[in-house]
Amino acid sequence: MTRKKRRLIILLASGVCLGSAAALTLSAFNDSIVFFVAPSDVGTKAPAPGRTFRLGGLVEAGSVERTRLGGKPGARFRVTDGGAAVPVEYVGILPDLFREGQGVVALGTLRADGVFMAAEVLAKHDETYMPKEVADALKKSGHWNPDQGPPPPAATWNTLTAPKNGG
Amino acid sequence: MRGGPDITRAAHGRKLPEPARLQTAPARDYVGGVDATLSRSPQPVRNLHRFANPGRFLRISGRLLPPLAVAAAILTAAGFAWGLFFAPADWQQGDSVRIMYVHVPAAWLASSGYVALAVCSVLSLVWRHPLADLAAVEIGPVGAGFAALCLATGSLWGKPTWGAWWVWDARLTSMLVLFFLYLGHVALVRAFDDPQRGYRAGAILALVGVVDLPIIKFSVDWWNTLHQPSTITLTGAPSMYVGMLWPLLICALGFTLGFAAIVTARLRAAVMERRIRALLMARARESG
Amino acid sequence: MDHLTYIMASYGLAVVIGGGFAVSAWARMRRARRRLAAIDPRGRT
Repeated sequence: MTRKKRRLIILLASGVCLGSAAALTLSAFNDSIVFFVAPSDVGTKAPAPGRTFRLGGLVEAGSVERTRLGGKPGARFRVTDGGAAVPVEYVGILPDLFREGQGVVALGTLRADGVFMAAEVLAKHDETYMPKEVADALKKSGHWNPDQGPPPPAATWNTLTAPKNGG
Repeated sequence: MRGGPDITRAAHGRKLPEPARLQTAPARDYVGGVDATLSRSPQPVRNLHRFANPGRFLRISGRLLPPLAVAAAILTAAGFAWGLFFAPADWQQGDSVRIMYVHVPAAWLASSGYVALAVCSVLSLVWRHPLADLAAVEIGPVGAGFAALCLATGSLWGKPTWGAWWVWDARLTSMLVLFFLYLGHVALVRAFDDPQRGYRAGAILALVGVVDLPIIKFSVDWWNTLHQPSTITLTGAPSMYVGMLWPLLICALGFTLGFAAIVTARLRAAVMERRIRALLMARARESG
Repeated sequence: MDHLTYIMASYGLAVVIGGGFAVSAWARMRRARRRLAAIDPRGRT
């Protein structure tokens, strides 16, 4: 065995060891790497009342009620992942992207009555990049209602050349 | 080990005993002109080592660099102009989407630059490739610069879009780790009096850091993150309007060529600097 | 254009970082070439 071959084998062996160590560590910490908890996991994994965590999902269509809570501008809405929905109360200015059907991540605590008291609401952008004209065309043609969730498959719209007539 | 005296390696000065190596190695490499390393070797030169010849590298890269730099500048300028003035605004993000034309190519280059660093590290550790040592040293700061650009522009996009400059989700954190890996490499390769030790330590650090690359790539799929999943995938149509995709690809190509041009230029400088040191050392020994 | 400051800051950073690396690499290359030419008359670069 030449010196080079030996070095290569040592390197490959250390690579395998390191890789599996990393994989094991990551899977062990899997739950704490998660940035937010989905509404259906709130029911099963139930963080203790009063403990701060992040709740993430889509803003349920028709659930947003912009109101004043304790004299300050705020909102009530429900966050859903299709399975379960959690009611949320938030006092403060919502981000520009906030709308029904939008992904959001809220930081806060669960009240004993099951209402999530958000101290911070972040808008989660999805992976679609779409000009306004295309979005409007899809909405007008009935192919997509943004309030209900993500857009149709990309292949149906990403090359729409005459968006105003298309759809 | 076995296998007879490895003369090519001795010519690079790696096999000499510790105290002698420091003074003789660089001088032996270059004292008789750059090609001495190889022409003196009685063994047929291994394929890989053909590209280790600094003289040949300087000749080839000298011809390659001007067109590379010009193409990089033209493509990046065209991509930026397209992205800033001609690409449509996003229906939700508005004009902030234009930050993507900087952020995404910077992220791609920070990652693929690290792959290049890792490849150089393997060449350096296993084959003792002298040019790979220098290349790793020169890739480090450039990669750190692109990683910093990615993090900064991501922050500038996150504030108006998410409502936060920074969150500790898996994607953002693993990208920050990549930036620190680059910084660690930059510091480590320069931390030793004997450059060979620095190359060795830096190469090991770079290879350990490779673990971070799949974590960056798949963080958005493995865990739920605030950062969105990949728009451009191997399996499906990109969920991006073509009028936005083209400028993005042009920018990515421009950044790639720019990264290559910068690293090539730095590497040319490094090879010449090493030759200057070797010549000065040899001259000092002759007169002293 | 909305969020113009964020956009300009991003492109500005790209130009500063990319241009900075390019200019410094070019300057370093030129300095090395001149020094080498001064001490090694046979040097071809």
